[in-house]
Amino acid sequence: MKHRGYYGQFGGCYVPEVLTATLEQLEAAFNTARSDPAFWAEYVRVMGEYSCRPTPLTYAENLTRHFGGARIYIKREDLNHTGAHKANNVMGQGLLVKRMGKKRVIAETGAGQHGVATATMAARCGFSCTIYMGALDVLRQRPNVFWMERLGARVVPVNEGSRILKDAINEALRDWVTNMDDTHYVLGTACGPHPFPEMVAWFQSIIGREAREQIQRITGALPKRIYACVGGGSNACGIFLPFLDDDIELVGVEAGGRGIETGQHAARLSAPGASEGVAQGYKTFFLQDDDGQMRETHSVAAGLDYVGVSPILADLHQKGRVRFESATDTEVVQALELTMRTEGLIPALESSHAFVQAFKEAPHLSPDESIIINQSGRGDKDIFTVADAFEDPAWRDFIVSTARRYTNA
Amino acid sequence: MLEDYLRNRLREKEILLMTHIVLGYPDFEASMEIVASMVLAGVDLMELQIPFSEPIADGPVILHANQQALAAGASVRACLDFGREAAARFPIPFLFMSYYNILYRFGVERFAAEMKDGGLQGAIVPDLPPEEGADYLQTMQGHGLNPIFIFSPATPDERLAYIASCARGFVYCVARKGVTGRETEFSSQLNGYLARCRRATNLPLAVGFGVTDRRDVDFLRGKADIAVIGSQTIRIVEESGPGAVGDFIASLR
Repeated sequence: MKHRGYYGQFGGCYVPEVLTATLEQLEAAFNTARSDPAFWAEYVRVMGEYSCRPTPLTYAENLTRHFGGARIYIKREDLNHTGAHKANNVMGQGLLVKRMGKKRVIAETGAGQHGVATATMAARCGFSCTIYMGALDVLRQRPNVFWMERLGARVVPVNEGSRILKDAINEALRDWVTNMDDTHYVLGTACGPHPFPEMVAWFQSIIGREAREQIQRITGALPKRIYACVGGGSNACGIFLPFLDDDIELVGVEAGGRGIETGQHAARLSAPGASEGVAQGYKTFFLQDDDGQMRETHSVAAGLDYVGVSPILADLHQKGRVRFESATDTEVVQALELTMRTEGLIPALESSHAFVQAFKEAPHLSPDESIIINQSGRGDKDIFTVADAFEDPAWRDFIVSTARRYTNA
Repeated sequence: MLEDYLRNRLREKEILLMTHIVLGYPDFEASMEIVASMVLAGVDLMELQIPFSEPIADGPVILHANQQALAAGASVRACLDFGREAAARFPIPFLFMSYYNILYRFGVERFAAEMKDGGLQGAIVPDLPPEEGADYLQTMQGHGLNPIFIFSPATPDERLAYIASCARGFVYCVARKGVTGRETEFSSQLNGYLARCRRATNLPLAVGFGVTDRRDVDFLRGKADIAVIGSQTIRIVEESGPGAVGDFIASLR
């Protein structure tokens, strides 16, 4: 284990000694799989028959007309099984778990998307499955907890720390250091100790590989810019990496929350509030205080509400290869509303961050140019969260009356 | 030198005791009281944990203590000052234990200089494998401090030897997989692992994770040099207050 897994100065493998052997085993299995063309072919086949791949690249004609600038194309990761790009990573890791011969998977989840995706994979592959979820998130995301449990997973509420995503990751790591002989940790994003960032980004690169082929087939050229939201960073890595050597601009959009100036956000690379640190097994930019204690973060989109960011993106930020911006909660809800009304598409609140920045820039580009927005997930599945974000009064009445019906039953 | 101190003590005692506390839990005054009663009860060395918000190697008891200490406002500065005061007041070696981010944010060189100046003997940083710790190792060596490294039952022989080559003072052998504070079965199954540890290094061996009572300490006699008691003393303080710690330590050997 000699200084592997670095992207510039970020990444690495900062884990308790007991995990070292397990991570080396995982790395070896991953390297063997990656160098075997049959493995990728099998992955593409499974994603085709189980998760609607290749996902379409949709021309957003109405939005294009509305803004009067660049032609807007939308990569439809929302059409994956379970409604987000998360399916790519979990099915890929599932195939790897089969190769390693392990029988149990564990995962962390914030909003619940990665947990639901992992639970479907475990059900299909016949693995026993435990999902760690911050107790606050369990309260906020009952519909996803419902699905995970129905799919046969055990959902463990985490009552430690701030009781959100980062605490669920810590708890999953604690399970893993105890049970690694028969258990694989399906980390949900391109973060954590090596080889996770590299492995998750590799599975997610199926997004960019498809998009690259599709945009050239449709427009005859590469796009001018690509926009993706950035929480942990896996959908952004997935669509960006296959375009890294091309002369196009890559734009990552972080959660601006209630505004950068309020401190209630999750902007690690687009604003000066974050600093370099080491936690959860890797080195990157974290939102932390002067002592190195992690701070609370906020976003209307639970999937972007995370203190760290992929070391791959931290490096691309430092090298100036990816530009980072942020979108506020208010801007996000407006962009979602416009997209629904003009295109009939319902991006997740997470994905809507990418739409905000694309909408700001599209009018300044020429109609000869095209841009791609990665619609990493669908919003209709998160009706409770989205209805809250819209402060829809009729929805509230419906919930109140349903609650009353349950109470009286 | 820490190693010499341990060897001298081992001439008088069959097994040494190292205890662990989380600084600022429940508060710094209580922490000092606990240290005082532990020293009085014959503890041979102590690790002082600087609390961190993401303590991945710790189980529920120590995790909770970390969070409570931080919620009560325990700062790195206050912990360093505490270590300095403890080292000045009590005649046993003290080590800092924390996660790498605490050192990294403070500055590894500055942190080591503070330790040296404050009379601390070294540090245990469970999420810093030697491969990632080149700067740390060089700095610790430069200040004559002991970087304490960790062996685990999952560590192959070749790697035990590599880790041993970076270690100074003693080596901390975790008795089982998992996190701190859960039950460990101290049985003959451990013998093979401890023998592997012994073959890998001439340094004294400390064994921790799940050591809770005299029976566990007795089991380790002749197989290890230091028994480490972590979560259990925190439980005792939580249940019976700092005053109960002395009797508990005295009951261990």
